Amino acid sequence: MGMTRMTGMTMSDSETKSDSEPVLSLRGISKNFGAVSALTDVNLDVHAGEVVALVGDNGAGKSTLVKILAGVHGPSSGLIRFMGREVTLADPGAALSLGIATVFQDLALCENLDVVANIFLGRELKPAGLDEVAMEVRAWQLLDELSAKIPSVRSVVASLSGGQRQTVAIARSLLLAPKLMLLDEPTAALGVAQTAEVLDLIERVRDRGLAVIMISHNMEDVRAVADRIAVLRLGRNNGVFPPEASNAELVSAITGAENNAISRRAQRRAAETAADEPRGHAQ
Amino acid sequence: MSAPGPQAGNGDRIALDRRDQRLRQDDTLVGAIKSFVDRIKAGDLGSLPVVIGLVVICTVFTIINPLFLSPNNLVNLLFDCSTVGVISLGVVCMLMVGEIDLSVGSISGLASATLGVLWVNIGLPVPLAIIAAIGSGALIGFIYSELFSRFGMPSFVATLAGLLAVLGMQLYILGPTGSINLPYGSDLVNFGQLLVIPKPLAYALALLPGIVSLIAGLRMARRRRAANLSSAPLSSIVLRAVLLTAGLEIAVIVLNQARGVPWMFAVFVLLVVLMHYALSRTKWGRSMKAVGGNREAARRSGINVRAIYTSAFVLCGTLAAAGGVMAACRLASASQQAGTGDVNLNAIAAAVIGGTSLFGGRGSAYSALLGIIVIQSIANGLTLLDLSSSLRYMITGAVLAIAVVVDSLARRSRQSHGRA
Repeated sequence: MGMTRMTGMTMSDSETKSDSEPVLSLRGISKNFGAVSALTDVNLDVHAGEVVALVGDNGAGKSTLVKILAGVHGPSSGLIRFMGREVTLADPGAALSLGIATVFQDLALCENLDVVANIFLGRELKPAGLDEVAMEVRAWQLLDELSAKIPSVRSVVASLSGGQRQTVAIARSLLLAPKLMLLDEPTAALGVAQTAEVLDLIERVRDRGLAVIMISHNMEDVRAVADRIAVLRLGRNNGVFPPEASNAELVSAITGAENNAISRRAQRRAAETAADEPRGHAQ
Repeated sequence: MSAPGPQAGNGDRIALDRRDQRLRQDDTLVGAIKSFVDRIKAGDLGSLPVVIGLVVICTVFTIINPLFLSPNNLVNLLFDCSTVGVISLGVVCMLMVGEIDLSVGSISGLASATLGVLWVNIGLPVPLAIIAAIGSGALIGFIYSELFSRFGMPSFVATLAGLLAVLGMQLYILGPTGSINLPYGSDLVNFGQLLVIPKPLAYALALLPGIVSLIAGLRMARRRRAANLSSAPLSSIVLRAVLLTAGLEIAVIVLNQARGVPWMFAVFVLLVVLMHYALSRTKWGRSMKAVGGNREAARRSGINVRAIYTSAFVLCGTLAAAGGVMAACRLASASQQAGTGDVNLNAIAAAVIGGTSLFGGRGSAYSALLGIIVIQSIANGLTLLDLSSSLRYMITGAVLAIAVVVDSLARRSRQSHGRA
């Protein structure tokens, strides 16, 4: 997996042929945990400069898919093509060195280490005599790009809030100038302002020519940044939608039925407001 | 820039790491002291408890028997510290990754037996015998790491099994005689019992840490200023170097009134300094702490977790064996008793008493040095009082219990102050 890549070169390269050749292409990915099929024949294409949102109900297999791409689990069967080459992601190190960066839902930070050490974990500058000054400066640069509000990069991660930890995790994934970024529920733990900042950040990452896969439960966030919305249901593909797709369309794809809890609720609400309206006029 | 005062935020540019308004500006000497006090209050104790403990122990023993602080006794104390201290350094490595080796005493005993058999009985050249003895420790550590990572055997159990198996090996290779005397007058025994640093050289060497600290501190401050980061004030860099030099020179003056500074202790301190550098300034050390702090996070960062565990086990076995070789030199014999009794517990207790956490990911090589000095001071002081080893065991046990309680309380306090 010792491929070397030149960021600047391949960016323009992939832009020109982004229609023909996706950065990441999954074909027939399946994953079994014992008798349970978490994923069955999943296909997915992600192009450079594109945000693909991966949505689905609990247990749809979103996190399993992310873990396969991050090299945490191996797929039971199926083909992964990355940058036009068939690859096997044997371990997290292999995925990282290929250019696949992952921000996990549980963030995977070491609470006993400071922000700088976490950002550079496994990628320290000058292994035989750590270059703390250069690492600290780079850490500030990365955090500034995210307009992050972290008082000191020398405080341990245990002392940071949930949003600050998310920022550190995203900053860390940017360190290696990846080709593909995986974000698992990036906004789940964030406040309103920080969510907006992270969404801005995701757009900035896309505009740099990276491919982004984002998992989210929040349809508003998904619609705000995604170029395409891929739906998983019970471990299978269940359609790809444009961001303009209506909520009802998405929800029925996610839950697998026209008539579901959410559509029933919407109909009931609509009926109630319709019934309310004449009374409003009368008063 | 030489005036003691805030170095950052002085000019038009605000240092990169001082822009946040919520951050208190701790760039002066007073500020440094203030943040130190805050750290202690939040439970980030470092080596403070052990330093206080040491002062208390020294005061008590000196009041009871003034001989305790006599130069002669202190020289003996340092000779005794070195052997178990080196073993304890290996234990620090294990604790750093959140695992433990309970068999370090047995490994040290096997190493001293190996040295005795190969050198005295078989007549191998000394360097070969030493390499074989230390190599046996490394091999045992490697076997533990394989048991640990291939078969998922908890380090606690693997090394408990090893404690017995390795002790058996020691008895087996020593044979029916059970004891081998190393020849008096040989270089090894001289090293273990007599050799001290020549007095002028000792004074010169004691200057070295202060000078290194000053140069490194100034260079770091210059680099940080160049990178537009806040830097330590000159006053605190100089103060640190002066205190370090003064402390070391006073210690050397006292020790030189008797025989002088043992070479064996110097070797121990050198190993501690090397280990401190490796743990705090290299990628390997960073990975050790990461694995001890959050193993899964370390794995996902691309760290080869298994290799890190293996390095910790092998290093612990190697250092335990090296300690065993030094103990053989110190006692001029390799016997069935080597490495048994309280060696095991003392080595582990020293690391914990010195401030390395049992919970992993937190600690320093210096805890082996400080911890073993505490334990040997207690042993030495009680011997001076002519008390039996029964009392010594009870008191050492109590001190270990206190140290673990302090560790647990500090951990709880760190968590409630968000510093875990």
